[in-house]
Amino acid sequence: MLIFQGGMSSENSSPEFMQAQMGKWMAWIEKLSKAGKYVSGEPLLPGGKLIKGKSKTVTDGPYTEGKEVVGGFFIVNAENYDEAVKLCDDYPGYEYGGTIQVRQVMKMDM
Amino acid sequence: MAGSSTVNQIVDHLFRHESGRMVSVLSRLLGFQNLEAAQDIVQDTLLQAMNTWGYNGIPENPSAWLYRVAKNKAIDLLRRQKKFKEISPQYSYLLQSEYTLSSTVNNFFLDDEIQDSQLRMIFACSHPSIPEESQIALTLKTLCGLSIHEIAKAFLTNDETIGKRIYRAKEKIISEKIELSVPQGKELPQRLDVVLKCLYLLFNEGYNSSHPDKLIREDLCEEAIRLTYLLTLHPDTNVSRANALLSLMCFQASRLQARVDDKGNIVLLKYQDRSKWYKPLIERGTVYLEFASELGEASSYHIEAAIASLHAVAPTFEQTDWRSIYHLYESLYEMQPAPIVALNKAIASAYAVSKENALEQLLKIKGLEDYYLYHTSIGEIYFEMKDKKKAKKFYETALRLTSSHQEQELLMKKISSCDAV
Repeated sequence: MLIFQGGMSSENSSPEFMQAQMGKWMAWIEKLSKAGKYVSGEPLLPGGKLIKGKSKTVTDGPYTEGKEVVGGFFIVNAENYDEAVKLCDDYPGYEYGGTIQVRQVMKMDM
Repeated sequence: MAGSSTVNQIVDHLFRHESGRMVSVLSRLLGFQNLEAAQDIVQDTLLQAMNTWGYNGIPENPSAWLYRVAKNKAIDLLRRQKKFKEISPQYSYLLQSEYTLSSTVNNFFLDDEIQDSQLRMIFACSHPSIPEESQIALTLKTLCGLSIHEIAKAFLTNDETIGKRIYRAKEKIISEKIELSVPQGKELPQRLDVVLKCLYLLFNEGYNSSHPDKLIREDLCEEAIRLTYLLTLHPDTNVSRANALLSLMCFQASRLQARVDDKGNIVLLKYQDRSKWYKPLIERGTVYLEFASELGEASSYHIEAAIASLHAVAPTFEQTDWRSIYHLYESLYEMQPAPIVALNKAIASAYAVSKENALEQLLKIKGLEDYYLYHTSIGEIYFEMKDKKKAKKFYETALRLTSSHQEQELLMKKISSCDAV
């Protein structure tokens, strides 16, 4: 699972820039799909709620700072972490301070 | 599924052009004074598209998708605000009731209405009470979807300057209560002239600027052509002058590729590879010029288009119909006795009449003392008359007056050829 954090701020970016950015993103997904690596992915809306403690206190969250916000995730096929990391090479968000968390989905054998 | 969509499916400049359309439509719905709210909705819409298309693929009809989202955001805003009289006085009674709210908003997004909204926006951006430089900046921002940074880059200035120009325009929109409407009756021709001038300047900015980035210049030219074309689609604005201006733009734009060499240096008309001139645009230019002449009028755009057409059809520089060009410049000068027209007339006379005549005309021109091309042209004539000493002097003056790298390089070459014996 690739979890995307930050990367792009929409403030002040022009339509042309946004389209170009989306183009890079789609080219990346296409490349992953063609290689049979892409399984699924979803974008997440900003905002959300954080529920905490015994009293189940609800606060706005889960993150406050733009760069911490998780923007979405991909599920990809990879043999190991090395390969998964390699798949992230074309992520267009690095330039704008974005980060990717690579995690392995646990398979429950029963 | 993301894999099924390809990046190529998306049209060039889709976001940019749709943003111009949506801002026009929403400003009409929300009132021009709420231009900023309209721009915010469009920004949000594009952001949503960027996020969801990126994961789920491009929808079958991307424009319709964008309009639907923008529409819903506008409806949300109207529901939330409940200040219909302030937001949209004209349509307030239709927007107050849930019965008519959605259908009213929907109507604004019909094809004809989108075009109509853009036309209104063109007139509003070129409102005579908005200063000229702000008109162009506002047009680029609202109708062409360029960001302040992109506009600043195109005009080789900083974001702050452009920001101020747009701010001044927005102040005028509010203080002068400028409305989004196509002027009617007697007012129309005058207002249309201001619009045409704004588009003419926008095109020239792209065409004449020595901006190092060729793409930026082409973008400005393309946008100017797109908006002028829009004028010719509407019966009220499809006048002779608009067709003449469009024709002129097509002819000039056909040479964009040939005007600059691989290293970004300017190639003068004389040395351009004419096979690189873009034929389809020349053909379009000819068609619009025919329309323009049928409608029987003779504006400066007609004459300029006619001159451009003579250049476009000439097989070589030498075989150009310089005589006709010279006469056209004479007519243009009668209409607009400006020093810059006199300069072009003099240059044409060098080929149509004689170098001596051209020199005599050039030396009489007043008011271009700070213009490098004026000095370059005199230098050129002296050079061809084999008076290299005088030629060099004028080239050197020109060199001091231009800040463009490409022009400087060209002049330095000329100066060194004066030294060579």
